[in-house]
Amino acid sequence: MNAPTEYLPKSYRTRVSTYWWLHRWPYLKFILRELSSVFVAWFVILTLLQVSAIAGGAAGYAQFQEWLQNPIVILLNLVSFLFVLLHAVTWFNLAPKAMAVRMGGKRVPDLLIAGPNYVAWAVVSAAVAWIVLRG
Amino acid sequence: MSHNKRSNEPFLWLLFSAGGVVAAMVIPIHLLLFGLAFPLGWLNPPSYQSLADLLHNPVTRLYLFVVCTLSLFHWAHRFRYTLYDGLQIKHLNELINTFCYGGAIVGTVVAGYLLWSL
Amino acid sequence: MEVTRYHPGRDAEPGLQSYEVPLRKEWVVLDALNYVKDKLDGSLTFRWSCRMGVCGSCGMMVNGEPKLTCATFLTDYAPGPVRVEPMRNFPILRDLVVDASDFLVKLTKSKPWIIRKEEKPIAEGEYLQTPEQLDTYKQFSMCINCLLCYAACPVYGLDPLFSGPAALALAQRYNMDSRDQGTDERLDILSQHDGIWGCTFVGDCTRVCPKHVDPAGAIQQYKLTATKEWVKSFLMPWGGK
Repeated sequence: MNAPTEYLPKSYRTRVSTYWWLHRWPYLKFILRELSSVFVAWFVILTLLQVSAIAGGAAGYAQFQEWLQNPIVILLNLVSFLFVLLHAVTWFNLAPKAMAVRMGGKRVPDLLIAGPNYVAWAVVSAAVAWIVLRG
Repeated sequence: MSHNKRSNEPFLWLLFSAGGVVAAMVIPIHLLLFGLAFPLGWLNPPSYQSLADLLHNPVTRLYLFVVCTLSLFHWAHRFRYTLYDGLQIKHLNELINTFCYGGAIVGTVVAGYLLWSL
Repeated sequence: MEVTRYHPGRDAEPGLQSYEVPLRKEWVVLDALNYVKDKLDGSLTFRWSCRMGVCGSCGMMVNGEPKLTCATFLTDYAPGPVRVEPMRNFPILRDLVVDASDFLVKLTKSKPWIIRKEEKPIAEGEYLQTPEQLDTYKQFSMCINCLLCYAACPVYGLDPLFSGPAALALAQRYNMDSRDQGTDERLDILSQHDGIWGCTFVGDCTRVCPKHVDPAGAIQQYKLTATKEWVKSFLMPWGGK
């Protein structure tokens, strides 16, 4: 409650709960989307570990591969994969909101901006898979 | 002179956005292959030699450096706000900023060192 | 129906009170509130005016969602009870009435009017605009200041200094107006931390907006503009404005 003054009427202020993001589904979706960044960071750590393992020679890399088969690591990577997918889908879907492209006096429909993003995603993924699996 | 010269938010947001695009484009397939498909035996993993050769290609190294750096700055920006709002600890913002952006900078240096010293 | 009651002189904090209201097919929540006021308890206080989704005064929380009570049908909540509370994130003055002064101050900060570097004489006529130019900002000009977006915005709830969705969307509405020349002036104010950069794109403001204004989109577009300006001033620091 504030201290009322001549100009400021007495009023009641509600404090936001620390767990506000649990109260409504749209908020929970938001916080999950934001938390995907933690798994993005985990991916970077994983990749740097992999690079350093490869640099350390064949034996070191075999050990690293074994570590990747640890059930806990697999579970972590599965969760990370799901979060990264969430990031990708929300990112592509929200991109048209931030980029209001106009052509011929009309705003390009959201689908026409999100669509090419998804196509590019598929192409890039296929390219990465091809380069890795070729060897 | 132009406005908002003092604010570095546009720069951080640019890194965040670039990182968001890169992370969305390439991380899912990387994680699917190296984190799940190979360890679980869905696909035959590439031999050590082929990966080592791939890694010695400067293009691969540049690619990994860009992906790691931008992804880290994407994380730093997003996680900073998640901590602010999710835990209501905006008053610790100096600590949070140091942790997030400092972490991203350290990660960038480590990535640069690892990839260049191959 | 459960309704928040709060009398500032009497109550330490708001509480819910239940009322029995008839469920009629064509009734909206606002009709039920008026029924309570007319028939059951004349002291119930709430704001309303047009009953047709134009004036923006009857915004409240209906079962926890920000809604215009004049456009929210009771039958959607049958058999009830339906809970009606004052809009979240605002100080409660009495019952369902909130204090929106904070928004009015922020709205003024956004300078939501046409700014010209030099006004042309009235004799020279109006500032003309093509239908295409109108179309670029028309969506953002539909705002009725009902403040549902503020009630939906967790960032505003957490940081009362944040300018908030409607004020930023309206700033962007004038930025995109071909007759306006005040983009720089607004950017100076709104590119602060409590301006556009406070937004984390939760997107709930857009979801609850009864006029499909898309404030979240407006703010992201604004960030893009601010970033372009920043890059420009970084690459060409001598290009003074």
